[in-house]
Amino acid sequence: MNITHILFWILTLMALGSALMVITSKNPVYSVLFLIATFFAISGHYILLNAQFLAIVNLIVYAGAIMVLFLFVIMLMNLNAETEPQKNKWLKFAGTIAGGCLLLIMVAAIKDADAKSTIVLMKQGETGLIHNLGNVLFKDYVVPFEISSVLFLSAMVGAVVLGKKE
Amino acid sequence: MPINYYIFTALALFSIGIIGVLTRRNAIIIFMCIELMLNAVNLLLVAFSKMQLEDMNRGILKIANNGTDAQLFVFFIMVVAAAEVTVGLAIIVMMYRNTHSVDVNFLNRLKN
Repeated sequence: MNITHILFWILTLMALGSALMVITSKNPVYSVLFLIATFFAISGHYILLNAQFLAIVNLIVYAGAIMVLFLFVIMLMNLNAETEPQKNKWLKFAGTIAGGCLLLIMVAAIKDADAKSTIVLMKQGETGLIHNLGNVLFKDYVVPFEISSVLFLSAMVGAVVLGKKE
Repeated sequence: MPINYYIFTALALFSIGIIGVLTRRNAIIIFMCIELMLNAVNLLLVAFSKMQLEDMNRGILKIANNGTDAQLFVFFIMVVAAAEVTVGLAIIVMMYRNTHSVDVNFLNRLKN
């Protein structure tokens, strides 16, 4: 049990606990804050896997931009625990059972898979470094990269068109 | 760290996202749970990109640069998710402007 394993378990517990708090807290603002905590834990996982570029992009794009957008919309609509719509008890129960069944079936299917000899390389490897990723991104994946810029432009135009008062 | 732990972590995160989608009625929370599921998949992809075979006698068998494509795939998932969130939140704001609520059950009149 070295420091990497301890960090893995801490980050896993943090991610799962915050994710549970996202779906159980009544106030939507708390949900957003716990989702940010989940994203920080996942970024910690990326750093443990030596995927430094993705860790930083995850922090900047998700925790920095998307979550601030969510928080901004929630503040704009003035949502809080009192205005939170509640499903009835049985629907919640059925939803939890359905999700739990999915988890159970997937775990049961994967549990016996022969993965004993495959390990995840931690704290080493060149794969996630920005030098390596940038080389491949701008050589082999130039066309998808440019298409994604067009996608961003259309998303921006779409958001403005949808949000405009007619 | 064996790959199984990462698979189970990502599965648990994904299931939590599904339970959130099924049990909440607030449209914004449902949207956040979809983001949670996307991140579970991203974590699994990154873990698979670092997966290596371990030989009992010779140690870890190095396979050079076989995970770069997976990490770029994660990067593109993040890009698409960012574009998706802007449009989705614009739709939710428009829905709030019309119904003064973010309850998804108010939208069931669309079925007629």
